[in-house]
Amino acid sequence: MIPAGFEYHRPGDIASAIGILQEYGDEARVIAGGHSLIPMMKLRMAEMGHLVDLQAINELKGVNVGADTVTLGAMVTQHELITHDGLGSAIPLIREAALQIADPQVRYAGTIGGNVANGDPGNDMPGLMQCLNATFELSGPDGTRSVAAREFYEAAYFTAREDEEILTRITIPVPGAGVGQAYEKQKRKIGDYATAAAAVMLGNGQASVAMTNLADTPVWSESASAALADGDVDGCVAAMLDAIDPVADNRGPVEFKKHVAAVMLRRAIARAQSRAS
Amino acid sequence: MSKMHVKLTVNGKQVEGLAEPRTLLIHFLREDLKITGPHIGCETSHCGACTVDIDGKSVKSCTTFVAQVNGADVTTVEGLTNDDGSLGVLQEMFREHHGLQCGFCTPGMITRAHRLLQENPNPSEEDIRFGMAGNLCRCTGYQNIVKAISASADMLNAQKEAAE
Repeated sequence: MIPAGFEYHRPGDIASAIGILQEYGDEARVIAGGHSLIPMMKLRMAEMGHLVDLQAINELKGVNVGADTVTLGAMVTQHELITHDGLGSAIPLIREAALQIADPQVRYAGTIGGNVANGDPGNDMPGLMQCLNATFELSGPDGTRSVAAREFYEAAYFTAREDEEILTRITIPVPGAGVGQAYEKQKRKIGDYATAAAAVMLGNGQASVAMTNLADTPVWSESASAALADGDVDGCVAAMLDAIDPVADNRGPVEFKKHVAAVMLRRAIARAQSRAS
Repeated sequence: MSKMHVKLTVNGKQVEGLAEPRTLLIHFLREDLKITGPHIGCETSHCGACTVDIDGKSVKSCTTFVAQVNGADVTTVEGLTNDDGSLGVLQEMFREHHGLQCGFCTPGMITRAHRLLQENPNPSEEDIRFGMAGNLCRCTGYQNIVKAISASADMLNAQKEAAE
């Protein structure tokens, strides 16, 4: 299980990292925590001439909890999301979900930026970020731009990010006081990807619902969210079941996945409701 | 592919070597440095037998390039003995409570448990099971591993109290 060879780069700032991406084009790839990429490299399903390690770039680090928004540097690890003091009370949904990702060793290495940028439909954070209506900041040769999480995912492993861009920062509006949040995930064992997972935010006459690993992108549904905001739980579940598009695989046939999706969504709604005031 | 100069601190000692960037840390430790405590189990980031401590984090060394840890401080199970070379508390408690049968997973278990107890000196059984979820054992059914870690926490706390 030895990957193909590559040249290793460890730039100290975003501009240098983008410079390396420009110089080597599709021969180059960035690495954050590496716990999605390195297994693929070991299987020789990913090969690149140049690996650009983002670990030394301080601009990509840090959690900032403000009154209205939370910003997360792309290199913030799942472990940091779990242990950060202010984040757990500002947006408890993030910690609740991060605790259900992989295992402790992987959470020390895995980053929020890698999780959302990779475009793997199995990753938990993309759906979560759609539920929270987060915005991703991308830096590239032409400067910086923002893309809403709800607009970012195009297909499995295809996102709005261009090859020479780096996802640098995530901005999340702090849900108002009284908004209940919940993340429910069904998985076969610790460390597994979801068979189905639901992120729900509910309260103050508003609602937002997104689901994970039930299509080739995360699924945020406007009509399911609107139904839930009106207090129509059955309508919300029906709209979401209509929006997802699971395929049969080793986690089960389509009918089973739809069944689990509905169960997860109802549980998340009930728990979010119990936390709303 | 040209080799890079690698400088690490391993178990308190400065080490240097030449390695291709693609070299996995587990291979560098075992083959170049002859530090064979960390084991290669699944090689797919699942089993945790290769767990080492890097700058205060438990990391699977089969999923880490040596290039990524250039300059880092690495601790393996060999570094968790007492200064006089006798077994450290976790090592002693794993022996005392039969926290191992074949022993293959043990270096990863102990190295991970070391970090867990640094972060949470008074873990409940649930904390231990959740905190050890990245390490698989195919022999013991985990009961005695949990007991050994719980006993280690008690002993470390008693030692700390006695020292104060």
